[in-house]
Amino acid sequence: MGIVSPGFQGRPRSSQPALPPGQYLTEDFPVLSAGPTPRVSLDTWEFAVTSEGGVEHRWSWAEMLALPQETPTVDIHCVTRWSKLGTNWRGVSLDVLLGGVETAAKFALVHSYGGYSTNLPLADLLGGQAWIVHEFEGGGLPAEHGGPARLLVPHLYFWKSAKWVRGIELLSTDEPGFWETAGYHDYGDPWREQRYQGD
Amino acid sequence: MAMWHVAHLVQRRRETATACTLVLAVDDWPGHVPGQHVDVRLTAPDGYQAERSYSISSAPDGNTVELTVQRVPDGEVSPYLIDVFSVGDPVEIRGPVGGWFVWRPTEPAPVLLVAGGSGIAPLMAMVRARRATGSGVPFRLIYSVRTDRDVYFADELRHRAADDQGLEISYVYTRQAPDGWPGQPHRIGPEDIRERGWPPEREPQCFVCGPTGLVEAVADSLVAVGHDAQRVKTERFGPTGG
Ligand SMILES: Cc1cc2nc3c(=O)[nH]c(=O)nc-3n(C[C@H](O)[C@H](O)[C@H](O)COP(=O)(O)OP(=O)(O)OC[C@H]3O[C@@H](n4cnc5c(N)ncnc54)[C@H](O)[C@@H]3O)c2cc1C
Repeated sequence: MGIVSPGFQGRPRSSQPALPPGQYLTEDFPVLSAGPTPRVSLDTWEFAVTSEGGVEHRWSWAEMLALPQETPTVDIHCVTRWSKLGTNWRGVSLDVLLGGVETAAKFALVHSYGGYSTNLPLADLLGGQAWIVHEFEGGGLPAEHGGPARLLVPHLYFWKSAKWVRGIELLSTDEPGFWETAGYHDYGDPWREQRYQGD
Repeated sequence: MAMWHVAHLVQRRRETATACTLVLAVDDWPGHVPGQHVDVRLTAPDGYQAERSYSISSAPDGNTVELTVQRVPDGEVSPYLIDVFSVGDPVEIRGPVGGWFVWRPTEPAPVLLVAGGSGIAPLMAMVRARRATGSGVPFRLIYSVRTDRDVYFADELRHRAADDQGLEISYVYTRQAPDGWPGQPHRIGPEDIRERGWPPEREPQCFVCGPTGLVEAVADSLVAVGHDAQRVKTERFGPTGG
């Protein structure tokens, strides 16, 4: 236990089993990003997976929409401590997108329009745990929330769910992304409060 | 690696009716870069803990760290820090954190700062560090506030505008402008950015901080006016989302 702050009681609390430690519930949808919101046209939008050997697999917007779609309902947890429960999305499972890719890579570096990047183990993108989503709560995904399409990896802190996603680079060795280079954790498990490097 | 430190409140300064600056002494403070923040951790007698992030508003200065906190009505942490936390009390802080939204006095590019409300906090650290290091880098600050009673660091900004060569400060009022201010109260837009900021050819570094609505609008305006998105850095900490 830390140093007691004289006079601090905290909020009346009820037990919240769905909430990782240090998180609070929010009903609205806060926006956090490092710069201006990129505006990406659907005509030029493209998503690419590049294997460690340099082989590229590309999908246009129409090709992405033609793939089998899923509608995950998930809880999301931002490292700035808000959590939002039961959010509804629509998109393509990474199992589908990575299914035909030949790779022995262990890591993925995700790239976004606008220059953002984030890293995660490839295993965390597979097994029904991750999607490229393009709808939120039944409507198109607004640009400030990452539209036209973002990554959704709900079991990790939300900075891993890269907005404005453009591609995934498969790597044999781990390489930190944008926030990870600035001191945030390489993995980012909200249940273990892996916020910063060293947590 | 970001570590936890014990800090003690040594002084409190009122900024506006709803905000104050907390001056903390931190024994083993490693120093910070203007723009970084800390995580503040409060612990109740029963062991319950709450953590929130606050930008550092002071320039690097030995073992002292200043945070400038705005009261969020019905908030859990900010009303405690403003009303209850007293001189001599301990608090835990972790940091400094963040390596993106920072200004290093060694960087030669001109700087544009755009603040909304309490978003002035990390930008003030930059203005103060500029002075403290004797930097000649030209700075322009555009500060959006509701009325002139809502200006944080009002006295100091008045002095700096007069004394700090190469620092230009302008205000945009959203609710009520003081007498003599040209124009009607309005939300900051591309015109303000064009008239009071830098031309894109000067390739300034732009830092925008405040509530999400302001940050979105200003960042979009900067790009529309011709600034390279890579040179526009944003930080948002308002309670409202989009
Ligand atoms: C990097 C960073 C730097 C910051 N710097 C400053 C600073 O210099 N000065 C300052 O006054 N504040 C700053 N903040 C905001 C601060 O961390 C707290 O959010 C704020 O003080 C409110 O905390 P609270 O416990 O009083 O209210 P809470 O009890 O957390 O909030 C009351 C209600 O408001 C909403 N809310 C409040 N804060 C947020 C939020 N951040 N995101 C989403 N919803 C929210 C929630 O819905 C909540 O139910 C910063 C935040 C970040 C992420």
